[in-house]
Amino acid sequence: MLIPHPLLGPRDAQEFTYLGDAALLNRPDPASGTAAFCDYVYLRDNPAGTHRELWYHEYGDRSWLLVTRDTLSHEILDVRLAREVKTGGTA
Amino acid sequence: MRFSGFKVVKEALTGHRGWKPLWRDPAPQTHYDIIIVGGGGHGLATAYHLAATFGQARIAVLEKGWLGGGNIGRNTTIIRSNYLLPGNEPFYEFSMKLWESMEQALNFNAMVSQRGILNLCHTDAQRDAFRRRGNAMLLAGADAELLDRDGVRAMAPFLNFDNARFPIKGGLLQRRAGTARHDGVAWGYARAADQRGVDILQNCEVTGFRIENGTVKGVETSRGYIGAGKVGVAVAGSSGRVMQMAGMRLPIESHVLQAFVSEGLKPVIPGVITFGAGHFYVSQSDKGGLVFGGDIDGYNSYAQRGNLPVVEDVAEGGMALMPMIGRARLLRMWGGVMDMSMDGSPILDRTDVDGLFFNGGWCYGGFKATPASGYCFAHLLATGRPHETAAAYRLDRFARGHVIDEKGVGAQPNLH
Amino acid sequence: MTQTRLPGGLIDRNQPLSFTFNGRKLQGYQGDTLASALMANDIRLVARSFKYHRPRGIFSAGSEEPNALLTLGEGADADPNTRATVVPLREGLVARSQNHAGPLGWDLWSVNDLAAPFFAAGFYYKTFMWPRAFWEKLYEPAIRRAAGLGALSQLPDPETYDKGFLHCDLLVIGGGAAGLSAALTAGRAGANVILADEDLRLGGRLLAESDPLDDAPAADWVARAEAELRALPNVRVMPRTTVFGVYDHGVYGAVEQVSDLPGAALRQTLWRITAKRAVMATGATERHIPFRDNDRPGILLAGAMRAYANRWAVAPARGKVAIFTNNDDGHRTALDLQAKGVDLLGVIDSRTGARPFGDYPIFAGGRVTGTSGRRGLRAIRLAWNGREEELACAALGVSGGWNPNIQLASHHRGRPQWDAARLAFLAQGGPEGLIPAGAAAGEGSTHHALTSGHHAAADALRQLGLTTPAPALPRAEDRQGGAEAFWHVPGKGRAWVDFQNDVTVKDIKLAHQENMRSVEHLKRWTTLGMATDQGKTSNVTALAVMAELTGRSIPETGTTIFRPPYTPVSLSVLGGGDTGAHFRPTRLTPTHAWAKAQGALFVEAGQWMRAQYFPRPGETHWRQSVDREVLAVRAGVGLCDVTTLGKIDVQGADAGEFLNRIYANMMGTLAVGKVRYGLMLREDGFAYDDGTCARLGESHYVVTTTTSNAGLVLRTMEFARQCLWPDLDVTLISTTDAWAQIAVAGPNARRLLSRVVDGFDLSNETFPFMACAELTVAKGCPARLFRISFSGELAYEIAVPARYGQALMDRLMREGADLGVTPYGTEALSVLRIEKGHAAGAELNGQTTALMLGLGRMVSQKKDSIGAVMSRREGLAQDTRRLVGLQAVDPARPLPAGSHLFREGAARDTATDQGWITSACYSPHVGGHIALGFLEEGDTRLGEIVIAANPLQGTEAACRVVPAQFVDPEGGRLRD
Repeated sequence: MLIPHPLLGPRDAQEFTYLGDAALLNRPDPASGTAAFCDYVYLRDNPAGTHRELWYHEYGDRSWLLVTRDTLSHEILDVRLAREVKTGGTA
Repeated sequence: MRFSGFKVVKEALTGHRGWKPLWRDPAPQTHYDIIIVGGGGHGLATAYHLAATFGQARIAVLEKGWLGGGNIGRNTTIIRSNYLLPGNEPFYEFSMKLWESMEQALNFNAMVSQRGILNLCHTDAQRDAFRRRGNAMLLAGADAELLDRDGVRAMAPFLNFDNARFPIKGGLLQRRAGTARHDGVAWGYARAADQRGVDILQNCEVTGFRIENGTVKGVETSRGYIGAGKVGVAVAGSSGRVMQMAGMRLPIESHVLQAFVSEGLKPVIPGVITFGAGHFYVSQSDKGGLVFGGDIDGYNSYAQRGNLPVVEDVAEGGMALMPMIGRARLLRMWGGVMDMSMDGSPILDRTDVDGLFFNGGWCYGGFKATPASGYCFAHLLATGRPHETAAAYRLDRFARGHVIDEKGVGAQPNLH
Repeated sequence: MTQTRLPGGLIDRNQPLSFTFNGRKLQGYQGDTLASALMANDIRLVARSFKYHRPRGIFSAGSEEPNALLTLGEGADADPNTRATVVPLREGLVARSQNHAGPLGWDLWSVNDLAAPFFAAGFYYKTFMWPRAFWEKLYEPAIRRAAGLGALSQLPDPETYDKGFLHCDLLVIGGGAAGLSAALTAGRAGANVILADEDLRLGGRLLAESDPLDDAPAADWVARAEAELRALPNVRVMPRTTVFGVYDHGVYGAVEQVSDLPGAALRQTLWRITAKRAVMATGATERHIPFRDNDRPGILLAGAMRAYANRWAVAPARGKVAIFTNNDDGHRTALDLQAKGVDLLGVIDSRTGARPFGDYPIFAGGRVTGTSGRRGLRAIRLAWNGREEELACAALGVSGGWNPNIQLASHHRGRPQWDAARLAFLAQGGPEGLIPAGAAAGEGSTHHALTSGHHAAADALRQLGLTTPAPALPRAEDRQGGAEAFWHVPGKGRAWVDFQNDVTVKDIKLAHQENMRSVEHLKRWTTLGMATDQGKTSNVTALAVMAELTGRSIPETGTTIFRPPYTPVSLSVLGGGDTGAHFRPTRLTPTHAWAKAQGALFVEAGQWMRAQYFPRPGETHWRQSVDREVLAVRAGVGLCDVTTLGKIDVQGADAGEFLNRIYANMMGTLAVGKVRYGLMLREDGFAYDDGTCARLGESHYVVTTTTSNAGLVLRTMEFARQCLWPDLDVTLISTTDAWAQIAVAGPNARRLLSRVVDGFDLSNETFPFMACAELTVAKGCPARLFRISFSGELAYEIAVPARYGQALMDRLMREGADLGVTPYGTEALSVLRIEKGHAAGAELNGQTTALMLGLGRMVSQKKDSIGAVMSRREGLAQDTRRLVGLQAVDPARPLPAGSHLFREGAARDTATDQGWITSACYSPHVGGHIALGFLEEGDTRLGEIVIAANPLQGTEAACRVVPAQFVDPEGGRLRD
């Protein structure tokens, strides 16, 4: 697989470490209690199709990327820097 | 019709005219007492035990494709009960005991071959962890032996003892572990269930659940609506997709695991051997192929195929561990979609919907669990109570903090 | 050797080569394959089949070969299961047949063939069940011995392998007519092109045919095309390179056979080719037609027979040759053989209206109904015009039509579609960017192959924004195939479909009878298509037979999909050079060379090599060395390289707040110049990692992690920084490799250190326990100093830029000579920390909690941090297991780590299990064996005797529950 890094261009996926569902960007408010955190930590939509997910350019520039990828075809539809998504408030 | 050596001889002498279909292809009835969604190993074993062990009747197994076409037909065929945690080990040991008697019970030779599994260790810390695990296995009534380096060498002299990046320090051996012919397991359960009146409906895809007032009433399928008293879902790999139709999110991600087989070779590998310093495990099939695998690719996927880096990683591990396999040629590689659960352990439980039961989250360890999973899921469906060895596999263990995390890596499915 | 040699061909008769087969010395020519050379020596029997051990000969002329699998070479270079059809002949080649007991001609296992009725499809599922124990002891070993094909040498592969990456605009897979045309088109247009072909020579079928191109031999055009391509700087021509798999995003896996010679600099290279587009010009594979006893040596694919005659100038046998076909292509073989002077019996054509294309007998509407000849074809039975007769025949070419080689297109699980007009499966829904061309796209004639190759390349380039000039392609034959469906000859006896795995039409019928009707069930029940050729010569035929049995059409019956690799790939090349000692990178600490000079033994710690202990003369057991090192630290001063601990620099205005959220305990309140022990949790609330956090400046912290978690913690912190709290002003960088760090531990640590620091006041008052500072040592070397202790003694860790690490170690050793300074390794380090009760990897194994570790109060309730909320779940909060110390009642009796803990007198089972020992050692300080472990309610059971049971090794030991600190529980020594 090749991941088109927004800053560095296409990079071999071997340079990256995969984390999982991009919902992990949305850490609940600590006051919301364990139920909200259980959802956050454990439950996944796990779609067969378009999936927003987090990859870490561990053997590269250490950016966390938000990658939109099809889990059926592995086609990559969109890649953005996670911190920009986060500060843009569109996570 | 009973299978036996006598029957094989008789048919050979009479032109094989007497062999009957291994199972029927019945038309769907309008209603069953129990519907099992998923005609893989676990679903078929469940149906068999419902009929054979728990005296249930009017049972159907619904399979979207051909029976045995899921992970039961695309794994590396290993059976073992070498777990650490008390939530797991009694269950897998129960499964091992069922393996030891299944062929006679099913009247089908699934080629259960107890030639042992040897987990290698390469550090003192690993050996200490193996000692803890081996002791846990013995305490649960399983068998285990701790081998030192010489013990490993005696068993597998071809391993890399002289030029290894991570020298072999010893190994944990379970002699009763081994392999079974994966397709044979599915067929054996299918035939035995069919003989006991279970309707196996192939090419019958579930497209929805009919749920009224929090109770399941039946399933919509590609062959029409079928009513049901209870519905058990055993579709590991597709659990997320299927349970979503019942409005459930699961602590599961779907990942692809690749597996590999080499060209046929004369016998050279005893039992199953696993590398402790890389991702590689191997056994040799009765046909002579080296059957091996390694780590999952590591990203969510439903594609049933993986990528080259993992292929190389597995080969590097294999070559590092047993350099004599270099001239073996990889013949086929394929991918299976795993239900990777959030703590690496399965789920076998009722759900919030009355009458709807769930069996999944087997990660890449579902094959060895097939007999016990079938037995325990049937127990749950028939009696409403979990079987004692599967009592820890609850859905609410995540919320309550009773995770069963053998590897200690937390809620990170691709690390389990 | 010329008994079956024909005139012409692309062999070099001026270069004879000698080789051996089963010890017999034989000769061939440069340009031969092993198969053609064997054929030229009139050797027909070359192998035995997998199940029935039937005599088998060469069946094809390419990589689809199901029969002629041989073992090449000797000793460690032995290469089993090698297809003779793809091995270029070389001087001195040693080839042996395989999978037989006794001589090839008298294989004892061929009794299996006599017992064949008992070995019908799936028979083993139905028997061998009684008595149960006999399966492993008797039945299975017998099956395993008879099965398998060749044997591994059981020696390490001595050859060299490599890996590499390549990138191109267009990858052309296959160098036949279509591939050459595609490569020329793209190459002339200036695109970056890679042309890969599995054969030694480019040309594909063009070399196998007698048809001219532009009125000249096709090989001439091929040579010109190759020369042009090789002259183009933007084209890379790669013969002997098999593209074996298609992976995501245009990545293709390929293996280049660089050399066959033992001891060559390089044997094979694994290429990962990233291609923007690819042309699949992989040609087609001929089908055969099953009929009774169709597997004898001397029965070949007709197209292969033609290739042997035209390219390698060899006839399949001495004597008459017949052709059995259902299409026009079979007749081309007849014509070419005839032109070469082969004695042609005639063409048996299943089509009733078939007419000859030349002067040879034709049996239109005829079929072959049987054969004879035990070790090679002697005669065929011909059914024709209502009669059956036996005709002497030494070789039979069979043509059942051609299957496009669409394997690569189904690697992404695209499902091939049946083309009823072409009687073939064509690629459908294949990988993005992969364009079929030529015979692989179902184009039969050379003319069509040339034009479709051009069009495929032009299409690909247009998608990339390049234009292509109009083609100047040679004039070529443009015949139509004229195939008429004819899948097998019905009748009694066994008609092989899959030769290698011995699957016959009868087996397919039996599968149908037993309701194994879906294609996958058929394959798995009969093992059809599971042999080393992956069903290249059998799958489609089998599907057609099953369709006939079920009365459904072929597309209704199913399709055939293939998995990578296209042809088998050696594990050696997939492993490349990253094996043996090079399996993983090796990281060395800055003092590695010094430690080595001191005679240290080393141990793997992840990728690091660390000094394990430093034996001295006279010490014969590792314990002597370790005990000495431990006591030296406790009584004097010791030095240990602790560089491997992860070090993360955390800087920024919000660094304190950031660390508050990373650590379970409060960090933001740490004063500048101070160090605090910190515990990190995972978000699920379990303990993750521990270490120290030092505040060097207002907005500058240094975090240490355990060695094994160095990368993981940085990853987690980067996640927190970028994905959770990007609004915080904080940056991170790993400095693990930048700073050499040495622990200086023991009562004399201060005295020793004071001799190397540049006027820095080390007194307890100005630099107390848990102080840190930036300073210089050894007259100006920048350094960081932390007063922290893992051993429980007065101790420091001093860090200098990595390049000065060894100099610092030397200096400390020199300056400390009079203090008895002692280097210590990881073993002593471990004993010291167990004696002090510090948790390490075995306690922080990812399954334990702060509460279990006795650190429950560290999880601050005043602030949020990763894992804080989830650590309050019932299962974690109510866990009553606690870390305790355990002291052997009999001090001489070890307490092995991994033992489980039980109450005295309790049963030993899962239900009564009370915990386990995590770490253990002999403590020279205590004078006996001690351990750390987790015990149910351990914090309330101090003084109790429990049993450490290790049934795995048959040992038990009584031990007393004690506090985890065996040394200086009040901590006076650290603060001294």
